Amino acid sequence: MVEQMDLSMVNWARAQFAMTAMYHWIFVPLTLGLSFLIAFFESIYVKTGNEEWKKVAKFWMILFGINFAIGVATGIILEFEFGTNWSNYSWMVGDIFGAPLAVEGIVAFFLEATFFAVMFFGWDRVSKKFHLFSTWMVAIGSNLSALWILVANGWMQFPTGMAFNPDTARFEMQDFWAVLFSPVAIGKFTHTTSSGFLYASLFVISISSWYLLKKRHVQMARKSILVASVFGLLSSGYVAFTGDEAAYNNARKQPMKLAAFEGLYEGQRSAGLVAAGIMNPNKKVNDGQSPFLFEVRIPGLLSLLANRSPGTFVPGIKDLVYGNEKEGVMGAEEKIVKGREAVKQLALYKQAKKAGDSVAAQTALDRFNQNQDYLGFGYLKSPEEAVPPVSTTFYAFHIMVILGGLFPVIFLLYLAFALKDTLVHQKWLLFLGLISVFLGFVAGQCGWVVAEVGRQPWAIQDLLPVSVARSNLTVGAVQTTFFMFLAIFTILLIAEIKIMLKQIQIGPEGR
Amino acid sequence: MFGNLDTTVLQQIWWIIDSLVGSLFLFLIFVQGGQTLLGQLGKTSMEKSLIINSLGRKWELTFTTLVLFGGALFAAFPKFYATSFGGAYWVWILILFTFVIQAVSYEFRKKPGNFLGEKVYEIFLFINGSVGILLIGAAVGTFFTGSNFTLNEYNLVFWTNPLRGLEAAFSLFNLSLGLFLVFNARILGAMYLINNIDFSGYEAMEKRTRRAVLVNLLCALPFLLYVLGSLLFMDGFGVDPKTGVVSMVSGKYLSNLLAMPLVLIFLLLGIVLVLWGVVTTALRGKNSGIWFGGLGTVLVGLTVFFIAGFNNTAFYPSKADLQSSLTIYNASSSHYTLTAMSYVALIIPLVLAYIVYVWRLMDSKKITESELMGTQADEMY
Repeated sequence: MVEQMDLSMVNWARAQFAMTAMYHWIFVPLTLGLSFLIAFFESIYVKTGNEEWKKVAKFWMILFGINFAIGVATGIILEFEFGTNWSNYSWMVGDIFGAPLAVEGIVAFFLEATFFAVMFFGWDRVSKKFHLFSTWMVAIGSNLSALWILVANGWMQFPTGMAFNPDTARFEMQDFWAVLFSPVAIGKFTHTTSSGFLYASLFVISISSWYLLKKRHVQMARKSILVASVFGLLSSGYVAFTGDEAAYNNARKQPMKLAAFEGLYEGQRSAGLVAAGIMNPNKKVNDGQSPFLFEVRIPGLLSLLANRSPGTFVPGIKDLVYGNEKEGVMGAEEKIVKGREAVKQLALYKQAKKAGDSVAAQTALDRFNQNQDYLGFGYLKSPEEAVPPVSTTFYAFHIMVILGGLFPVIFLLYLAFALKDTLVHQKWLLFLGLISVFLGFVAGQCGWVVAEVGRQPWAIQDLLPVSVARSNLTVGAVQTTFFMFLAIFTILLIAEIKIMLKQIQIGPEGR
Repeated sequence: MFGNLDTTVLQQIWWIIDSLVGSLFLFLIFVQGGQTLLGQLGKTSMEKSLIINSLGRKWELTFTTLVLFGGALFAAFPKFYATSFGGAYWVWILILFTFVIQAVSYEFRKKPGNFLGEKVYEIFLFINGSVGILLIGAAVGTFFTGSNFTLNEYNLVFWTNPLRGLEAAFSLFNLSLGLFLVFNARILGAMYLINNIDFSGYEAMEKRTRRAVLVNLLCALPFLLYVLGSLLFMDGFGVDPKTGVVSMVSGKYLSNLLAMPLVLIFLLLGIVLVLWGVVTTALRGKNSGIWFGGLGTVLVGLTVFFIAGFNNTAFYPSKADLQSSLTIYNASSSHYTLTAMSYVALIIPLVLAYIVYVWRLMDSKKITESELMGTQADEMY
């Protein structure tokens, strides 16, 4: 099945997907959060009748619209890349993965698309209340679409509610609700959307801070900051809570990812959490070298984070690769043996079925079933291949966490000074707020790096490695489309930034 | 309810649903058709603004319908999704590319500091409306002319032509279907603009638009006739219902039409409705042509998808290896997924209802010059 696989093509396909997703994630979190902020602003306007709030809502709506368009443009590529670059994946799991994408289209995208036109062009065409309703529908539709795509992503991280069909050699859905309500899927949705709310709040605070520093549109900026700081503060608390939940889920479903983002090579009881550290770039899984050149650990905290109990064992990369009998950890080495047996028995089963030998087919099927949980490992060439890029995952995780700790402080300070009405005098805070949107961007991107790089080499955790998931394409074809999309996305990003800066410079005057 | 249905019935239901979504997309590409008319109908900046703002309130519906079409095919017929997208790589990549550049063009075109300039975004819109739709037509054409792929025992797709799907555009039938779609989209686009814009003070533009409806019909007709004539006489990819063996059957699509009289009625009624839409818009000075043309297009679209997929026919046939051809029965998801998706599909009437409601609400007043020059001028496209 994988004899002809070209790994360099796989890496280009991965790079292309990563690049598209990273561009997409510049715009989407803003859409998720800004849509709700606009709905809040407009709700206050409808409730109070104060035209100033309408002006606030309309100003942010302009920026929302510019951002929304390019989010749509990058999103369509992501959906269809599953087919173009990962066609074997699409066939093997389309039965399960396709369903949330279709539901996303039916339930969420049309809500967004239909009411978007009212939100932007309906001010004088529909009643005030119907306009507000439309704005809320856009916000709900945007976030509903996030639900379904994140359910799909959550399923890739923790495949559940399905069974492998040896006749068609693919996975088939058995329980829709198990897919929808899997703890990983729900965790993904809540953590990701709340991080989007946080990012959008930083965006509003950043631009408003610039206005306050320039002493322009002061009333609008103050109003915007007041709402955004409350929304951001609540969101950042929720991001922390769901982040903790995600780590707990990782410990159960993706222990290798947890070990990678903590740089934990040797499993430990009362494992400490690395507060800060520099990784040893020469470290190999089993070379006995220290993984860190420098580290500051908080004792017992990783065990607490992973298992909600400080004295418990957290497996390290070495345990997960070579096994740890004492702690009951099966390593990739042993799983590969079982996986290869599953692959072999699947081929024997298909041969026997073709030859009409039902006894041999049943024997092969029984043996396959005993090993099918390790099917994906059968395609790995060595146990070390089960290890994701550790340094990348480690740094991304720690940058995300450090920034995640900074954001609630920023929101709290903004809220406190806004309530005291002394914000305009806090120049240092306004400068911090101004750059905070870039920090939010970095934190969001790092989050996705942890989630996706940290689960390599799997397209579907433990069941389908990326090398088997890909399409049968030449390296040249994928390279060409990589650079094609890189060029167009970059051009469009430059255009978006220039337009947005111009609109910010113009401000809400005359609107 | 759906769980008790036979898998075959569910597969047919999902082919009908996908066909309906695909056919609605063929109607909604009036947006793309309108985009290609921008330079021809809009002679001044304000005339162009009227066109862009009229189309710009609908482009997302078309875009979303395309995304749903892809998602629904992925969920219901994953083997098709994997085979076609992973195999006919270049044709799909180019189609997607044209939709990427469309998505930003409405929003960015008039905005100050837009980096590329107004003209470039207009060219983007033209490329999307012409190349994008032509290639979609060519891709649909392969439902009848076949593609160059084989599937191995694990259903991995191997494409046997180095052009990876672009070769479809070099078939006269596929090319004709693509060109017909482009011209039909232009007919629909012009009819939509007539319906949606208040031409007071822009009578010359109105005249040009009504004329464009007729001219584009005349352009579309030869291609339509060629496609129809070919369909009636060409060999098709038949499937033996007992063995699943695929073979070439002479006059297959004609026999499909005759075996499904309702589909034949759809085809004839669809063509008549489109023609009536053109007549009523171009010659009788009415504004309602888009509804006739739109419904007619949906009916013709349903005909295309139904004769490709029903009556023991391979809807995604392989020229390279007949037995690799895909049917709605061998390419579908499992019974469970089709059942679950059928329950989700129950929401579609509600979705259609709110789309129609909002459409009527928003379009109850036509787009006017004064709207584009009023206090909200800087919020318009």
